[in-house]
Amino acid sequence: MAVTTPESEHNYLNHEKGLWSWLTTLDHKRIGIMYMVSVMFFFLLGGIFALLIRTELAAPGPGILGDGQTYNQAMTFHGAIMVFMVIIPGIPAFLGNFVLPLHLGAKDVAFPRLNLLSWYCLMVGALITFTSLIYNGSDTGWTFYTPYSIEHASSGTVWVVLGAFVMGFSSILTGLNFIVTTHTLRAPGMSFFRMPLFVWGLYSTAIIQVLATPVLAITLLLLAAERLLGIGFFDPALGGDPVLFQHFFWFYSHPAVYIMILPAMGVISELITAFSRKTIFGYRAIAFSSLGIAAVSFFVWGHHMYVSGQSELAGVIFSFLTMLVGVPTAIKTFNWVATLYKGSIVFQSPMLFALGFLFLFTIGGVTGIMLATLAMDVHFHDTYFVVAHFHYVMVGGTLMAIMGGIYYWFPKMFGKMYSEGMARMSFVFIFTGFNVTFFPQFVLGAMGMPRRYFDYLEIYTHLNQVSTAGSYMIGIGFVIGLVTIIQGMMNGEKASDNPWGAKTLEWQTASPPPHENFNYEPQVTAGPYEYR
Amino acid sequence: MLALFYAFISQAHGRSFMPIAGTKVAQKVDSLYSFLLVISVISCVLVIGGLIYFALKYRRKTADDKTAYISHNNTLEFLWSFIPFVLFIVVFAWGWLIYRDMRSFPDDALEIHVLGKKWNWDYQYKSGKRTTAELTVPVGVPVKLIMTSQDVIHSFFIPSFRIKQDVVPGRYTALWFEAEKQGRYQIFCTEYCGDQHSAMLGTLNVVSLEEYETWLGDNPYKGLSLAEVGQKVFSQKCTVCHNVNDQRKVGPGFAGLYQKQRQFADGSQAVADENYIRDSILMPQKQVVEGYPPNGMISFQGQLAENELLGLIEYIKTLK
Ligand code: HEC
Ligand SMILES: [Cu+2]
Repeated sequence: MAVTTPESEHNYLNHEKGLWSWLTTLDHKRIGIMYMVSVMFFFLLGGIFALLIRTELAAPGPGILGDGQTYNQAMTFHGAIMVFMVIIPGIPAFLGNFVLPLHLGAKDVAFPRLNLLSWYCLMVGALITFTSLIYNGSDTGWTFYTPYSIEHASSGTVWVVLGAFVMGFSSILTGLNFIVTTHTLRAPGMSFFRMPLFVWGLYSTAIIQVLATPVLAITLLLLAAERLLGIGFFDPALGGDPVLFQHFFWFYSHPAVYIMILPAMGVISELITAFSRKTIFGYRAIAFSSLGIAAVSFFVWGHHMYVSGQSELAGVIFSFLTMLVGVPTAIKTFNWVATLYKGSIVFQSPMLFALGFLFLFTIGGVTGIMLATLAMDVHFHDTYFVVAHFHYVMVGGTLMAIMGGIYYWFPKMFGKMYSEGMARMSFVFIFTGFNVTFFPQFVLGAMGMPRRYFDYLEIYTHLNQVSTAGSYMIGIGFVIGLVTIIQGMMNGEKASDNPWGAKTLEWQTASPPPHENFNYEPQVTAGPYEYR
Repeated sequence: MLALFYAFISQAHGRSFMPIAGTKVAQKVDSLYSFLLVISVISCVLVIGGLIYFALKYRRKTADDKTAYISHNNTLEFLWSFIPFVLFIVVFAWGWLIYRDMRSFPDDALEIHVLGKKWNWDYQYKSGKRTTAELTVPVGVPVKLIMTSQDVIHSFFIPSFRIKQDVVPGRYTALWFEAEKQGRYQIFCTEYCGDQHSAMLGTLNVVSLEEYETWLGDNPYKGLSLAEVGQKVFSQKCTVCHNVNDQRKVGPGFAGLYQKQRQFADGSQAVADENYIRDSILMPQKQVVEGYPPNGMISFQGQLAENELLGLIEYIKTLK
C-alpha cells in the first residue's frame, strides 16, 4: 500500500479504500455502517409512504392517493418497509453490529463472513420486495392475512412475501452470530454480569430472532405455495383454515415486537447511565427482565386474536400471560427513573432522546395493558387505538432509541462531532410532532374509527387533521436529523476518544477505532457503569 | 398543547371519548375503561413526573460532579414489581368477567344470520326476509348474530355496543347483544378486506317490538321461513339417505340430532352444533359418524346457496 497513514490516524474507515472494499468487508464496524446507510434509506422510503397516507387522511373522501387500492398499497409498503427493513434490523444489525464487539472487548463478531451474508440477505430481500411494484404492487397490509392474500390481493403479493422470507434469514444469521459472539469473544475479565446492558438486550433479542424467525419463514413459504400452486393450507375454499395463518403469523410477529424493543431498551440503559454519570439502578433486574420478556414473549401471540374466532379459553389464557409480560417491562421503566435519582444529568441530544423514550414508552405501556384486557380489546381491536399504541411503542420507543444511539455513538463511528444545536432541534420536532400525530389517534380509536380505512366518517375529521399536521412535524424533524448526521460526517469537528466520559469499553479505544478495535488486549476489572 | 387537550375534552362529552353505551355490557366495559384510564393517568404522572422532577433537580452543576453509587434496593424493587402485578391481575380478572358476559349467549335470543361479503353485509331473518346493509332488531330483546363470510375475513363491529367479532369464511362465529334504546347505530367492518374496506359500513336500526313485527311481516319476497326453506331442500336432496325420525337409512336419522354428542369412526367426539351440521353437509369426510362407511355421503360443497344451507341447518334443528 502506498498510502502512509501515521499510526495514530489509522482507523477502520481508512484501513482500506474504495466502494469494493466496503462491499466485501468483514469488519463488523463497516458492516454496521452499511446497515446504517441502508436502514436510513429504507426509513426515508417508508416515511414518504407514511406522509402520503397522512395526507390522504387529512380529509374524508378521496384525496391525494385517489382511490382505495392505491391507499392500501401505500399502507402495505409503509408497514412492510418499516417493520422488515427498518425497525427489525435497525438496532441489532446496525447499532448492535457496530457496538457489540466493542462492548465485549472483541476484535470482531464470531462469524464475520456470516455477518456480511446477513447484510446481503437484507438487500436481496428488499430488492425482491420492491420487485412487486412491477407486478401491480401489493395491498394485503404487512400482515398478509389469508384468504385475502391468496385470492384477492394484487399480484405482486408473492414478491413481498418472498422478500420478507429472505430478509428473515438476515435476522436469523445476525441473531446466531451475536449469541456465539457473546458466549465466546468476551475480553478477559468480562463476566456475564460485567457486560453492558445493551449486550443483554441484544442477547435476549438474538434468542428470539433465532427461535421465532424460522416460523415466519415457513408460514410465508406455505403462503407462497398456496398462492402459486393452489395447495390448501389457509384458504377454506381449498380446505384450509384462515385462522391457522394468524396463529402462525403472530407466533413470529409477536416475539418480533420484542426484537424491536428489547435492544432499544438496552440502548436506553447506556444513554441514561452515561448522561447522568451514575451506575444503573438494579443491573440484574434489568438484565434478567430482558431474558424474562424474551421467554414469555413466545406465549402471548393470541392477544392479537381475541376476536378472530380462536377459542374463548385461549383468549383468557393469552390475556393472563400478556399481563405477566407487563411486569418486567414496568420494572425496567422504574429502574431507569431511579437511575436518574441523585445523578449528574446533562441534556445532550442523546439524553433528550432517552428521556423522550421513557415518556412515550410509558404511554405505550399503559395503553398496552388496556389492550391486553379482554373485554377492552374487543372494542379497541383493529381501531386507531391499536395504531396509536404500537406507534408509541415502535416509533416512540425503538426509533427514539435509534436516534439517541446514533447521536451517542456518532463520535465513535466517525471520529467527528455533529452540531448539537441541530440535533436538539431534530428532537424537539420529532418529539412534539409525534405526540400531535399519535395522541389524537387514541381518541379516534376509542370513538370507534377502524384502522386501514381509506375514508372515514365526518365525526373523525378534526382529530385526523391534527394528526396529519403532526406527521409533517415529524417529517421535518427527521429531515433535520438527516442533515445533522450528513453534515457531521462531512465536516464535523474532530471528536475526542471519550467525549461523554462514559465507562464502557468502546470509549477507551480511539475514535474512530482501529481496524481491530483495540490496539491492546482490554482487561476488564469492573462493571460497565462504575461512576464513583 | 392546552388547546389540543381542550379539543380532546370537548370531543369526549363526558364519556372519555367512547361512543354512547347502548347495552348493559357496554356500560360494564365503560366502567372498566374508566378504571383503566384513572390508573393509567396516575402511573403516567408518577413515572413521567418523577422523570422530569429528577432530571431537573439533579442537573449537572460542575464538570466533575460526583454521584451517589446506588446499585439496587430490594424493598423498593419488590414493591414496584408486586404492585403492578396485583393491578394487572385485577384488570385481567375484570376484563375476563365482562368478556364472559359478552360470550354467554342467552338461550331465548332472536337469531339472525349475517353474511359478510366484499363489501356489504347481508342479513337473513327467520321469516325468510333478507336485507342488505341495514340490520333491524327489536329493542330489549337479546339478539344473536350467526355470521359467516362468502369471501375473505371481515369483522362485525358495533362501537356503541362495544362488541366485535371476526366473520370468517368456512365457519360460523357469533355475537349477541340486547339493545336498551331505540335508535340507529353505526356498524363497521374492522378486518381489512380490500379496496372498499372503509365503505363496508352498515346501520343497526333498533325499533320497538311491534314495529319490528310489522316490519318482518312486510316481506317483499312473500317467501318461506328459513326452516321451511330447509324443509323444501331436504325433501329434494336428502330424503334418499336420511329420515326425519331417528331411524337409520343410508345415513343416520335426524330427530334429536342438534346438540347431541356424536361419536366418530376415528374415535373422536363432538357436539352437533351449527358448525358441525354445516361441515357434515359440505365436508362429510371430515367427521364420519361411527358405524357408517367413510364415503357414504357426497359433499354438497358448491351445490347449495347460503340460505339453502342455513335453511337446512335450521330445519334439522327443529327435528325432535
Ligand atoms: C348418498 C346418501 C346421502 C345423501 C344424499 C345425504 N347424506 Fe348425509 N349422510 C350420509 C351418510 C352415510 C352419513 C354418515 C356418515 C358420515 O358422517 O359421513 C351422513 C351424515 C350426515 C350428517 C351427520 C349426521 C350425524 O348423525 O352426525 C348430516 C348432518 C348429514 N348427513 C346431512 C345431510 C343433508 C343435509 C343432506 C341433503 C342435502 C344429506 N346429508 C344427503 C349419506 C347421505
Ligand atoms: Cu370487510
